Amino acid sequence: MLEKKKKKKKRLEILTNKWLYLMFLPVFIWYLLFAYLPMGGMVIAFQKYDIVKGIFKSTWVGLTNFKILFTDPYFPRLFSNTLLLNIFGLIFGFPLPIILAIAFNEIRRKKFKKITQTISYLPYFISSVVVMSMVIQFVSNSGLINMVLNKLGHESINFLQIPKYFRTIFITTGIWQGTGFGAIIYMAALAGISTEQYEAATVDGAGKFQKMLYITLPGLAPTIVIMLLINLGSILNVGHERIILLYNPAIYETADVFNTYVYREGLANRRYSYAQAMSIFQNTVGFVLVYLANKITRKLDGTTLW
Amino acid sequence: MKQKMGFSEVVFVSICYIIIIFVCVVTLYPFIYLISASFSSATSVMKNEVVLFPKEFTTKAYRVVMEYKGIWLSYLNTLFYTFFGTLLSLALTILAAYPLSKERWAPRKAMSLFIVFTMWFGGGMIPFYLVMRGLNLLDSRLGILLYPAISAFYVIIFRTHFQSLPASLEESAKLEGANDAQILMRIIIPLSKPIMAAVALYYAVGRWNSYFWEMLLLSSNKKFPVQVLLQRIIISSQLGQDIAKALTRGEASIPTTIKFAAIVITTVPIILIYPFLQKYFVNGALVGSVKE
Repeated sequence: MLEKKKKKKKRLEILTNKWLYLMFLPVFIWYLLFAYLPMGGMVIAFQKYDIVKGIFKSTWVGLTNFKILFTDPYFPRLFSNTLLLNIFGLIFGFPLPIILAIAFNEIRRKKFKKITQTISYLPYFISSVVVMSMVIQFVSNSGLINMVLNKLGHESINFLQIPKYFRTIFITTGIWQGTGFGAIIYMAALAGISTEQYEAATVDGAGKFQKMLYITLPGLAPTIVIMLLINLGSILNVGHERIILLYNPAIYETADVFNTYVYREGLANRRYSYAQAMSIFQNTVGFVLVYLANKITRKLDGTTLW
Repeated sequence: MKQKMGFSEVVFVSICYIIIIFVCVVTLYPFIYLISASFSSATSVMKNEVVLFPKEFTTKAYRVVMEYKGIWLSYLNTLFYTFFGTLLSLALTILAAYPLSKERWAPRKAMSLFIVFTMWFGGGMIPFYLVMRGLNLLDSRLGILLYPAISAFYVIIFRTHFQSLPASLEESAKLEGANDAQILMRIIIPLSKPIMAAVALYYAVGRWNSYFWEMLLLSSNKKFPVQVLLQRIIISSQLGQDIAKALTRGEASIPTTIKFAAIVITTVPIILIYPFLQKYFVNGALVGSVKE
């Protein structure tokens, strides 16, 4: 009796919402094909996958690929390269949008502000291929940087062939591309700080610098914490699409990260199963980190990342 | 009441101006150099004589690049992928978000998780490639349109926006006998134009700039978008016969000025359109941050 009623109610729901179901159908299929089917494909990490035999006929090897992974001498290198690029990127790159936003906030000339803001966001919209092409030209033997070095009496340096320069080049490029756009979110937060606070501080005789320390920065604190958490949550992800454009075998020592290795070993050298084991390691740890970051953020201010 | 600024105030504001001007100079200089060098003679670029303005002004590099038909073909491809890709993305994103915004829709919670989970976790590069291969979407224009069609992030932005619209709109339309599809098309979408513009722009920029999967999935030159062609010309030394023949002009490698001209030609549309659309970009960035 109850079963029947439930069924009837369900049928009614489907009937009244038939258009909603219909709308969602293509979306559902798309996610199945392009997101969940690949997730199913993760099982090749437990196989000796053979592209001719396919998933269903390849040999199963259990955890063998993972065992190789954790004893692979490249593994620690990939791990530390991934972490170091992100950590140095955060140390040098994270404060800059905040500083820029505070600077913009002090500008009263509307036209100047608008033009300079427009300029500062621009690099964010330029493609990685173009940006990295420019970088390669600028740091090349006959490039701009070496021209300056030569003028200062130094020998030319072949920057992209020497491992120790890679991190600096990559992180500087990221900063160049992201600082202006990154400032937008802090400027929005600054706009939310009430002007009354500043007026009260003025009456109390506070200078600009004190106001920045005691009003502006505390006002930005929640946004800063959230942005920091988002960044920490994705600490195992580096823009591999950008690294691939820049690196070469001579600098794998510092430039090779999980994703670039997976790309090279898996897709170029066709060690599908082994590369997939590495990918699973990275995705799983990454998932836990993002999950934790989201959880902490939710605790802190009652909103979620997603 | 306007107060006169004290000495420390003047110093503080001046520092702000200096920071901003510094950022702008550093941002713009590479572009200026690039453009100047691309209009300079090959020898003056080689000898590093170009600093700010073109030396020995010439449009030779541009003539060489423009005579190469491949670049125009790749341009058309990029326009195709960007235009139809953005349309497809926008349509699917709205179709995803609208049902998710309706409390009365029973699978709402489950389907939200179904979509949001993909932001946290993915199968990885290799299974994705194998799926594309299995679906027969290698070296296919359709494949390029489809593979990045929906971004969960923008679905959530649209869902939040739809939820913020007053329910009374829907109720009165329902009384007149309109169904959900009609309500979406005639009432909801006209009210969502600003957010559609912002999201469409981000999708379009993403399409315009995308190279990685295009590089992996496409194998015939005639389907390459401009970014992949540029990557071939400048970064990877594996030039196809036709590219080499058209651009090296008998030299051992492609001259720097020609590379610069190719970069400029592929980037100019973005730089020209961008200032006019900048307002929407900023709106879009903030729409996203509401949820962050």
